Amino acid sequence: MLANLGYFSLVLTFVAALYGAGAAAYGAVRRKPALVESARHAMLLTWPLVTLGALSIIALLVGRHYEVKYVAAVTSNAMPTYLKVTALWGGQAGSLVFWSWLLSAFATAASLRRWERDREFLPWVIVVTMITLAFFISLVIFFENPFQRLWQTLDGRQVSALFQPNGAIPLFPTDGQGLNPLLRHPGMVIHPPMLYLGFVSFVIPYAFAIAALVTRRTDDRWIRITRRWTLVAWLFLSLGLILGGRWAYDVLGWGGYWGWDPVEIAAFMPWLTGTAFLHSVMIQEKRGMLKHWNMLLIILTYSLVIFGTFLTRSGVLSSVHAFAQSAIGPMFFGFIGLTFVVSVSLLMNRWGELRGENYLGSVFARESLFLLNNLLFMGILVVCFWGVLFPLISELFTGQKVTVGPPFYERATGPLWVGLLFLMGVAPLSAYGATSWRSLGRGLWKLLLLSLIVPAALYFSGVTLAGALVGYWLIGFVAIVTLVEFWRGALARHRRHAENLPLAFWRMAIRNRRRYGGYIIHLGVVLMAIGIIGIEMFQTETQGTLARGESLSLGRYTLTYESLAQFDTADGRNVARAVVQVSRDGRYLGDLYPRRDFYYASQQPMTIPGVRSSLQDDFYVLLVGWEPIAQEGATFKIYHNPAVNFVWMGGLIFIAATLLAAWPTREFDALREAATARAVVARA
Amino acid sequence: MLRSLKGYLVLLAIAAPVLIASAAVQPPPPSDDEVNAIAHQLYCPVCENVPLDVCPTQACAQWRATIREKLAQGWSEVQIKDYFVEQYGARVLATPPARGLNWLVYVLPPVAFLAGAFVLYRAFRSWGQTPEPLVPTAPDADGDPYVARLEEELRRRS
Repeated sequence: MLANLGYFSLVLTFVAALYGAGAAAYGAVRRKPALVESARHAMLLTWPLVTLGALSIIALLVGRHYEVKYVAAVTSNAMPTYLKVTALWGGQAGSLVFWSWLLSAFATAASLRRWERDREFLPWVIVVTMITLAFFISLVIFFENPFQRLWQTLDGRQVSALFQPNGAIPLFPTDGQGLNPLLRHPGMVIHPPMLYLGFVSFVIPYAFAIAALVTRRTDDRWIRITRRWTLVAWLFLSLGLILGGRWAYDVLGWGGYWGWDPVEIAAFMPWLTGTAFLHSVMIQEKRGMLKHWNMLLIILTYSLVIFGTFLTRSGVLSSVHAFAQSAIGPMFFGFIGLTFVVSVSLLMNRWGELRGENYLGSVFARESLFLLNNLLFMGILVVCFWGVLFPLISELFTGQKVTVGPPFYERATGPLWVGLLFLMGVAPLSAYGATSWRSLGRGLWKLLLLSLIVPAALYFSGVTLAGALVGYWLIGFVAIVTLVEFWRGALARHRRHAENLPLAFWRMAIRNRRRYGGYIIHLGVVLMAIGIIGIEMFQTETQGTLARGESLSLGRYTLTYESLAQFDTADGRNVARAVVQVSRDGRYLGDLYPRRDFYYASQQPMTIPGVRSSLQDDFYVLLVGWEPIAQEGATFKIYHNPAVNFVWMGGLIFIAATLLAAWPTREFDALREAATARAVVARA
Repeated sequence: MLRSLKGYLVLLAIAAPVLIASAAVQPPPPSDDEVNAIAHQLYCPVCENVPLDVCPTQACAQWRATIREKLAQGWSEVQIKDYFVEQYGARVLATPPARGLNWLVYVLPPVAFLAGAFVLYRAFRSWGQTPEPLVPTAPDADGDPYVARLEEELRRRS
């Protein structure tokens, strides 16, 4: 009953979305406002309908309806209720419903804005969002139906179908298989929704961009309307990536946070184009340039969002993330191809009308540096895209599968990241319009020289690795430039408004949230870079088999094996948990409990590290093996991860600053607008 | 049962001096770190994208045991990697060997980047040659300065 209700609501959503898209397009072309209004109503209907569908799934999950195939696949009696609820996005079909639910919610939210001046955008925003929604819902109702029930046919086979097959009897299992153990982690409960939020929010700026192209609005209106959407999308995508990294570090047990896994890259690619877009739209807003490029970037971002979902959901890759595979690949492939070709054709068609309003004054102007930044981001994108795609191409043409692993990505993107860091330091010192290299150089050389203190200090403290010294030099440079920018701004305000410095600093940042939020994001990146260089270049590891009471040393740390216990738990795990003592320079620091969980149902082992964390470094212990009977000997792998916590601290600052940049504050907006209005009147 | 045990003991007594002598000249068994140094560069076909040195599955533990065996037999790192490639194909390596179609994986990204850089260079040049910046035009202002100002104000208000 519940399953039928859910399915029926999704079918209705599909119909409403298709009608909305069709009616909006027809109404816009034939200039029939009533039809567009009807389409808008259809769109508003989709959110409650998908909500009903999603709630039905949740009710089935929580209510232990194991006769439904999806419920049996992703939940079990042993799972706590909160995990049953979040199992909505724990499997293929449910996560597609969740994607659709977010999209319908965002489309509704976008449609509730005041449209007075942009009425002509509305129908096309409806068309784009509803076509995308119809596509995702069609995957659910035709291919990956979460409401299918389990049946036993006359010849004893077990099948799944929505309605009773001829002669089959319904099956009522008493327990399910349970969620993939890798996903039963708090980080994994939040990580997918964050990524999805990021993915789906990018659909809205894309929809407005297409609306602008169709209606021939060549100004930057679409960018201004969707500025906050883009920032929010980027915020969630960044948060999803950072949480994913933390989850990998805590749960996957390989001593790192980023393994250049194709599924990680799938989420990283739209982030790259999104970041390039966030930078280059500023040029269009300030100088009326790069209109074609911004359109192309948002089209690319949208396509990469769908491509990312395709990679993770179609089973085209098999990787640590590939717990959800099915036969929806061709549908995705067709949809990505179609939307990309249509969008780019539309852009080509309007190419002449999107002429820039300004020309580039100088290679050293900020807009040029932003273009260089975009080039570097695109370079990283190409490396990622090609690295993910190549194994598939190789398999297709030669029948041989190859691995494109971390060494490829690290070598290929390393120089590009260095270039980006350097630009991050230079760009804030440049000005829009015509800047000569002399004026840029004047501001630059002192700070560059000053930043040499960082590598010098590191060198004298014993760091001799050239790559690390260059990296930390650039990090120091960016940090100094950014802090100087803050100082200059606050000082100017302090003098002009006679405010004390902290107040001047606060007001400056809060009134130019996007600018200073952006700079704080840069500082977050600086901190993350400190950690990334630390772990990438200075990570050390060792492994050894120890008898009880024996020790293994790595650098200044020593690990002593105390004991090991092996036991079964109520939730279907066999746990082998070791107790080890950790000391540094002979001083006892505490005990750690590295363990290995073995999930009986899925026959899957999971290595949970024991970690001793400090600002300076992490001591990360894995239990690799042990003597099953006597438990006298055990093998440990230990990592020393210097500075890795800077990655998480930087990540936090990064997210907080993005929030600051995106945060709407009516009071200040009103103040600023009033000031602008006064200035306009005064000039008149 | 007792007879066979006796037999073993006799055998052991004969073999012991030989075993002890050979153990004295043999190098020490390969350490875990030596095994992991090679395992880190290999990927098993089942647990894709998890390097062999940290993969918790039984199959990967067996692969590591094989590496240890080969190292004990005096094989070099290259020989061991070649052995795995021969057995399981080039996919066990972290990056594809640069031959045949695989060249593309290394060539395409730099070529694409250089092409992008060239396009950017051309754009810089063509823009740089324009002496006067164009006057910003609001597309729907129809040349009326009042309307233009109004547009600008409304733009800021959004």
